[in-house]
Amino acid sequence: MISGKIIKRSDISKKIGELKEVLPAKLLKDLEDAIKDLDLDEDTFYKIIDIVTERYKKALVDPHEAVGTVAAQSIGEPGTQMTMRTFHYAGVAEINVTLGLPRLIEILDVRKKPATPIMTVKIEKELSDDRDFAKKLASDIERTTFKDIGSISTDLGSMEIIVDLDKESLERRGLTVDDILSKLGAGKKFNIHVDELQLKIIPGERSFKELHKLEEKLNNIVLKGIKEVTRVVIRKEGNEYVLYTEGSNLMDVMKIDGVDPHRTTTNNIKEIEEVLGIESARRAVINEITDTIGEQGLDVDIRHIMLIADVMTVDGELKSIGRHGVAGSKSSVLSRAAFEITTSNLLKSAVKGDVDELAGVVENIIVGIPVKVGTGNVKLTIKEENIN
Amino acid sequence: MSIKKIGKIKFGLLSPSEIRKISAVKIITAETYDKDGYPVEKGLMDQHLGVIDPGLVCKTCGGKVGECPGHFGHIELSAPVIHVGFAKLIAEILKSTCRRCGKLLLSEESKREYRDKLEHYKEMGLDTDEIIKNVIKESSNNKICPYCGEEQMVIKFEKPTNYREIDTNLEENKLSPADIRDRLEKVSNEDLELLGIDSENVRPEWMVLKVLPIPPVTVRPSITLESSQRSEDDLTHKLVDIIRINQRFQENKEIGAPQLIIEDLWELLQYHVTTFFDNETSGIPPARHRSGRALKTLSQRLKGKEGRFRGNLSGKRVNFSARAVISPDPNLRINEVGVPLKIAKELTIPVVVNKLNIDMIKKFLLRGNEYPGTNYVVKPNGERIKVTDKTKSELSDEIDLYWIIERHLIDGDIVLFNRQPSLHRISMMAHKVKILSGNTFRLNPAVCHPYNADFDGDEMNLHVPQSDEARAEADIIMGVDNNMISPKFGGPIIGGIHDHITGIFMLTKKGRRIDKNGVSYLLKGLTFDDGSVNLNKKSRDFEFFDLSSLDLFDNIDNGDDSKEEYLTGKQIFSIVLPETINLEYKAGTCQNCPVCKKMDCPNDAYVCIKNGNLLSGIIDEVGIGTFKGKILDTIIKEYGGDVGRHFLDNLTHLSINSISYFGFSFGIDDEDIPEAANKEIEEIIKDTRLEIDKNIISYDNHQLEPLPGRTLEETLEIRIMQLLSKARDMSGRVASKHLGIDNPGVIMAVSGARGSILNLTQMVACMGQQSVRGERISRGYDGRALPHFKKGDLSAEAKGFVKSNYKKGLSPTEFFFHAVGGREGLVDTAVRTSQSGYLQRRLINALQDLKVDEDRTVRGMDNVIVQFRYGEDGVDPMRSDYGESVDVKKIVNFIMGEE
Repeated sequence: MISGKIIKRSDISKKIGELKEVLPAKLLKDLEDAIKDLDLDEDTFYKIIDIVTERYKKALVDPHEAVGTVAAQSIGEPGTQMTMRTFHYAGVAEINVTLGLPRLIEILDVRKKPATPIMTVKIEKELSDDRDFAKKLASDIERTTFKDIGSISTDLGSMEIIVDLDKESLERRGLTVDDILSKLGAGKKFNIHVDELQLKIIPGERSFKELHKLEEKLNNIVLKGIKEVTRVVIRKEGNEYVLYTEGSNLMDVMKIDGVDPHRTTTNNIKEIEEVLGIESARRAVINEITDTIGEQGLDVDIRHIMLIADVMTVDGELKSIGRHGVAGSKSSVLSRAAFEITTSNLLKSAVKGDVDELAGVVENIIVGIPVKVGTGNVKLTIKEENIN
Repeated sequence: MSIKKIGKIKFGLLSPSEIRKISAVKIITAETYDKDGYPVEKGLMDQHLGVIDPGLVCKTCGGKVGECPGHFGHIELSAPVIHVGFAKLIAEILKSTCRRCGKLLLSEESKREYRDKLEHYKEMGLDTDEIIKNVIKESSNNKICPYCGEEQMVIKFEKPTNYREIDTNLEENKLSPADIRDRLEKVSNEDLELLGIDSENVRPEWMVLKVLPIPPVTVRPSITLESSQRSEDDLTHKLVDIIRINQRFQENKEIGAPQLIIEDLWELLQYHVTTFFDNETSGIPPARHRSGRALKTLSQRLKGKEGRFRGNLSGKRVNFSARAVISPDPNLRINEVGVPLKIAKELTIPVVVNKLNIDMIKKFLLRGNEYPGTNYVVKPNGERIKVTDKTKSELSDEIDLYWIIERHLIDGDIVLFNRQPSLHRISMMAHKVKILSGNTFRLNPAVCHPYNADFDGDEMNLHVPQSDEARAEADIIMGVDNNMISPKFGGPIIGGIHDHITGIFMLTKKGRRIDKNGVSYLLKGLTFDDGSVNLNKKSRDFEFFDLSSLDLFDNIDNGDDSKEEYLTGKQIFSIVLPETINLEYKAGTCQNCPVCKKMDCPNDAYVCIKNGNLLSGIIDEVGIGTFKGKILDTIIKEYGGDVGRHFLDNLTHLSINSISYFGFSFGIDDEDIPEAANKEIEEIIKDTRLEIDKNIISYDNHQLEPLPGRTLEETLEIRIMQLLSKARDMSGRVASKHLGIDNPGVIMAVSGARGSILNLTQMVACMGQQSVRGERISRGYDGRALPHFKKGDLSAEAKGFVKSNYKKGLSPTEFFFHAVGGREGLVDTAVRTSQSGYLQRRLINALQDLKVDEDRTVRGMDNVIVQFRYGEDGVDPMRSDYGESVDVKKIVNFIMGEE
């Protein structure tokens, strides 16, 4: 059966580590996982390594391969099979999320604000299993206005605005009358009379216009929470409570005590770029596309998605796929002219004295010479003396 | 003549002197042809501009039609006009330069600053647009020239081509193009650089035209109508207008007409020149043809999908191609395409005559146009001779080395086969030609998937590569064998479909026993490399036709002395498997039991293949289907595309034989279920209705507890939807219980061949809730979906629940609801195709220039490194195992198993 010296299990990972230069990290990890519980002699070990290395080398991409086109097709083709509908989140009647093709387009367009911005707020590890804390946190994040804790009415007779607060709602939102008063900062332009749960707000200047303005202002005032977040849903995932928010403001939510900033995220890619930087944005693009495609039950290799994310982020800023982004900032005049806004591109290039180096694909097709991709980029002929 | 290759293209403006220099003739009259039909000299169709009439010769270059590319002419405009395309830029220059001295309105210092910045940006290869924008903004805000001290006036630019100057008294003065030209002339070259203008090749005054180039006639050919009347091109019409107005302007200027008339004519000239460039300029009415159709002028020729760029330059028409309706032929190999004889006689392949093939070529020539023959012969001097019955014998005597014959397509030629829309690379693959009778292209149904083809009238295109290099590349890179794994996800994209799966499913069913005759029938059409078939995988010498000589059939004793010899279905399937394959997986019928009984699975869902023998498990979609096909996947990856293709070819035959041997049909009576079952289903629906009523009542009484974050109405809707879908599922379960595992519909659904249990449910039991946007149907009339119901009726049937099934038929209201739900699907698809088409175009355009470099980095245009290693590990998804670079476990198991 087993012959030769058996490798100590503790040595396996060291031996595998020696292959760092040859094989990618993921493969080495797979390898370690597969053999760490086996008794292997050296011959077998190297036999396995040899086969794995050989297979890996066989699986490498060929130079000059048009990986971009393949990636674009691999993302674009499933687009025809996606739905256009907006579904509920995870099947439960909770938060609406844009899914399918509209979401994919949204990601690639790098919209400033997605149609349904959503944050996934994780709680700091040690507090994450505390339901009450989760509830408190939710009320800290969720936007609270007067509408949520009572009702506002205008008394035209006495020229005052009457706010009736609801005790239960106040408690649920974790607010007290004093909190509200300090938020309102009384005495500025209006006076407040407090009568237990009733606030009478009297504008400083007694006119209908002022009254109306004031009411508008009171309606919009954020008493607690983050302005953008209209709703928070608490869900239990495994052992921890996770908050899902409708509306997104990553910067503000990360500042709140108890929120784990490392694991908290949003589906607004542009916001991630602003708050966390370009590398995070790249990761976010990958994650969002993977989720969108995966949710539809379609299978696309991650490498294609990575390539798209990389193209969108190479310049250090998020660029959209389209005439305002990647395609529009190409250096080739012909390539831009062949995409969109043909004439104005040509006119602008004429004035600027642009030179088209004919390096890309369309340019060469337009000019009628073989494209410099794949076999078109290889100059290989048989030596004449070898032809019999 | 040496061949010149385009290295790069520089863009710039033509100066008036350059326009005059390239001009072959100065055009002075708007006339085109005289009454004899000859081009008028110095007219718009002057023979110096090129030829479009056969028989005539170009007076500039002496070329005939097809040889002469055409030559430009020019018009001297009697007054300068603005070029619309540059109108905005002219406004910017006017605003940012001094009205007296023409200097850029910036101090020397800030000029230097900007200049340095520009230089730096250019060096770094960055976009300079932003800086130039700032220059323009800053300088146009400067009210006093820092050089001559002149006070600047506000320049107002009115689209498309008018400029006004507002002086300190708020009086507006129109700037004539001549004034503008004078001002632009004063701007220095150094200042132009700061405005983003390439001063070496471009002067701003050239944007105000004094000379207009006239495109060659070859660009705007006139066509002769049937009535032998000439119909001129749109551009010619436009040019006629320009020349006429130009003449009138000249005349009026000479006789000293009043300023008003001159100005009117000037504006008219401006209008015509503007529309000559762009007939869709906003702010002015488009120039129209007599019929009222807007003229297609220069800009319109370039723009858009059918424009020069997208329609003629990025996508070109080709020769050596054919298009026909497609139809299936399972007897073809998957890498073959059936080509109608008619087409094969039109499409040709050039063959250069050499010492080795001259005899063969003579035979081709002697057959003339008889298939397989020749259409044309090309002599080394380039002369083309048509092969006819008269010339064929003469030609075959005359033919010599280095002649080229254009022979008909024959079996085995490599061609490219394509179906639009070509959404991915496997929409175009290389097939081997098989000449067949009939009028359609034939293909094996297994390759439908990559093309997304079906046979309801689809058409496909065929292209014949003309050179050896092209054929070699097509075969190796684009061949069907080499494209069975999808680059999208690294799994098989070509595999068994529909009847293939049903056939194998029925064959490999547990307990299937086939006698000798059956085995013979099932194995017909199968091919093996050495012509032998290896039934027990041990005796390679076994001859196919000599079944009886072999002792491999199992025997069952019938008890009464007679013995029956048989093979199991699984054994027969094993015949098409490679000898060394080992595989274990769970089939689609797996119930995910908590403890897997492995080979003793009661559902026969545990597939185990040892040394090429199927020991247990039923073969279904998970085994041989597209996407999933585990067996297929393993064979292609372990043994290569050629073996994979061969396996699939054999599999096709085996499954087709099997399905016709066992017989398979699906008719209306296969949807019969016992009356008791119908009752049961009715009962379920009745119960559900009661349940719903209860909910509605509690909603009316405000007793319903709302779900978190939902209103009461939404809660009720969600409840009802849940109840109804439960009702449908339950009735479906009742139905499938009565249909049984042998029902053809169930077989198709379970094996994954086509359809699902849900489809069956809808045919047999209950259609279920029809929905629009995921909700019950509620729109239509005021407060109700159809006039058959009361307003505000929330019950199941009033909001689109169809309790009937397809077999029973739908009631009128149900039918209507069903149509509503169906319509949504149609609209959805229509919207989606256009949206995803555009997305695809944008993606391709953004990514097409990326390629893997020699050093394995991924680089884009300008050699920008996009990825240091493709996909972080450098692995081609097409060569990966569902995205994994190497399946380590498989290898370890394999090695360990060997030990």
